[in-house]
Amino acid sequence: MGIQTPNGFNLDNSGKRIVVDPVTRIEGHMRVEVNVDADNVIRNAVSTGTMWRGIEVILKNRDPRDAWAFTERICGVCTGTHALTSVRAVENALGITIPENANSIRNLMQLALQVHDHVVHFYHLHALDWVDVVSALSADPRATSALAQSISSWPLSSPGYFKDLQTRLKKFVESGQLGPFKNGYWGSKAYKLPPEANLMAVAHYLEALDFQKEIVKIHTIFGGKNPHPNWLVGGVPCPINVDGTGAVGAINMERLNLISSIIDQLIQFNEQVYLPDVAAIGSFYKDWLYGGGLSGQSVLAYGDVPEHANDYSEKSLKLPRGAIINGNLSEVFPVDHTNPDEIQEFVVHSWYKYPDETKGLHPWDGITEPNYVLGPKAKGTKTAIEELDEGGKYSWIKAPRWKGHAMEVGPLARWVVGYAQNKAEFKDPVDKFLKDLNLPTSALFSTLGRTAARALESVWAGRQMRYFQDKLIANIKAGDSSTANVDKWKPESWPKEAKGVGFTEAPRGALAHWIKIKDTKIDNYQCVVPTTWNGSPRDPKGNIGAFEASLMNTPMVNPEQPLEILRTIHSFDPCLACSTHVMSPDGQELAKVKVR
Amino acid sequence: MPTSSQDRILVLGIGNILWADEGFGVRVVEEFHRRYAVPDNVTILDGGTQGLYLVNYLEEADRLIVFDAIDYGLEPGELKLVRDDEVPRFTGAKKMSLHQTGFQEVISAADLLGRCPKHLVLIGCQPLDLEDWGGPLTAPVRDQIASAIDVACRILAEWGVAVSRRSVPLAGTERLLANDIDHANYEMRPA
Repeated sequence: MGIQTPNGFNLDNSGKRIVVDPVTRIEGHMRVEVNVDADNVIRNAVSTGTMWRGIEVILKNRDPRDAWAFTERICGVCTGTHALTSVRAVENALGITIPENANSIRNLMQLALQVHDHVVHFYHLHALDWVDVVSALSADPRATSALAQSISSWPLSSPGYFKDLQTRLKKFVESGQLGPFKNGYWGSKAYKLPPEANLMAVAHYLEALDFQKEIVKIHTIFGGKNPHPNWLVGGVPCPINVDGTGAVGAINMERLNLISSIIDQLIQFNEQVYLPDVAAIGSFYKDWLYGGGLSGQSVLAYGDVPEHANDYSEKSLKLPRGAIINGNLSEVFPVDHTNPDEIQEFVVHSWYKYPDETKGLHPWDGITEPNYVLGPKAKGTKTAIEELDEGGKYSWIKAPRWKGHAMEVGPLARWVVGYAQNKAEFKDPVDKFLKDLNLPTSALFSTLGRTAARALESVWAGRQMRYFQDKLIANIKAGDSSTANVDKWKPESWPKEAKGVGFTEAPRGALAHWIKIKDTKIDNYQCVVPTTWNGSPRDPKGNIGAFEASLMNTPMVNPEQPLEILRTIHSFDPCLACSTHVMSPDGQELAKVKVR
Repeated sequence: MPTSSQDRILVLGIGNILWADEGFGVRVVEEFHRRYAVPDNVTILDGGTQGLYLVNYLEEADRLIVFDAIDYGLEPGELKLVRDDEVPRFTGAKKMSLHQTGFQEVISAADLLGRCPKHLVLIGCQPLDLEDWGGPLTAPVRDQIASAIDVACRILAEWGVAVSRRSVPLAGTERLLANDIDHANYEMRPA
């Protein structure tokens, strides 16, 4: 028995139900419930999450020029991306253009965030789904050194280095303070790396922790401060004064040189540590190609990183833009954010109320009215849900759809679109990565493929940073030091009513903000974030979202240790924006697993 | 225990200002900075909900004071002071800080890098309301901002650090939060 979804999945909820709550090592709160069959293969998947939905209320009647500062606070990770999306939405609504330097600087900030997020995500939020820390303690440092030197020219690879690191790790583990390593299913058969590969990966975990703070300096320099850099409608807030000697906030040659040296370092880290590590880990998981979900079927990318200031056309955008549906990679459809029939949000399975829930609403006309009711088959109470009823409302996340299709967004979606468009800079690295592992193209559509696409994108982003840094310096040397356009800064110059949309490719996927301005104040503001796309519940037609689809048909070694679920969900880099709100009564138990 | 003059001190507020009492920590450092000037070895930082991204600020500090909303089952608005070894243990033992996963990992990460501050102080406040998305601090929590600052000043004095009240009000551009998300303007949101 089972239900066939329009997007091609056969759901069967008759088997044992497994509840993972909360899914940890993500931003915010998320819960997954699956049913497994007698062989412990996942046959039904339900994902639910908290989601920040108050932004439209807070922003109503505020000055549009301040919206970025609020949206920057939605999330602890995507700060800059939300701010960038917001200033683009306001500029789009009011017809404000930005100078070339501002475009280059914004690209540099966005790409720096991309690299930072990808590196931190892989090493600190995702690697431990593939890497067994405890196994690293039994590695032979000499063999680890040989392994490291066989895959990369990265200098930190001597037997002594790995021996010291292993000693440090041992001390840390023996002190009982497992800290970031506390939450693992160490020893599970779902881990496939030999001890030496585990030790190498743990070494790079620590190196990445140390290195990530260098990347952040780029935001501090261009944004004036960090953790919450400044942004500006009409450009960027940092003046350029190349001859200056440290005027507060101004960009001078010394600072530009510092950024250049950080870019060199991150290119090296990407190419000598991050990508080789993902390939090495992948080589031990070649027979674990689950988790593809919607990635080989329906993917969506808005595109980002404009070559030319104010040109957001597909041609100008260096990250791919387009939609692929029904697995037909030979056709990439154009995407129009302003078309009311393209992007729509549904709430039939979300805890909100629409006048007519069989229909979706375009974000410009979005409504956010909470309606927290459980389906008739839910078990437990509203404050302590034991089991969700996916036949009713079951998530705080709305269900966005593109022309009615559930879509996957994120690095893999971007790379699939770029691949389908036959762009060499996306196609060639994918082909090489797969060829080196002796895997077919279809292997890209998997959890491993999602993790690999992120690493390939980090490499790509590092090289793009070099390009835009050189472009910025050349433009400044040619005499252009303009960073902001204040022609339409004053509200008196605005129309009585305006509406606009801003979009970016956040590290975790397509992000857009829709704004309506009336009498110089914000009248409506809606964000559709990447995790809304990926983590969406079912829609009125019964299509399942990307998280749910990705879990389908995955076999589990031991349902009480849901490592496979965490590995696949983490591969999306989920961000249930901003909610650090831990709902379970014993937050420190972290992943609570219940088998029913 | 006076500090040696080289000791670097970080005064950090964490939390999400968009989520009612979750914003406590950030609002305290915002007000602290508005009221007091501090010597060069002291940094006042609005950490927001940055989690692991704060590790580099921690590892540069010898001593750390953190303000945060904590759920320790107290009366709403009650302050709780936790010191040194107790800080990570508390955040690790039961749900206490609302950013525990994030902040506990920050402490562990700094520790793993061998650069955790020698002295840790957590000044927590029991929240009343965390459900009001987009809402301001509730009265019992807002009323404790001044007391929390006083506690921090006492600890800084213990460490041999003198803070001085600003005689000239801090210019808007020098404040920690601007663009309408500063405490006064944020709370003026229409009902």
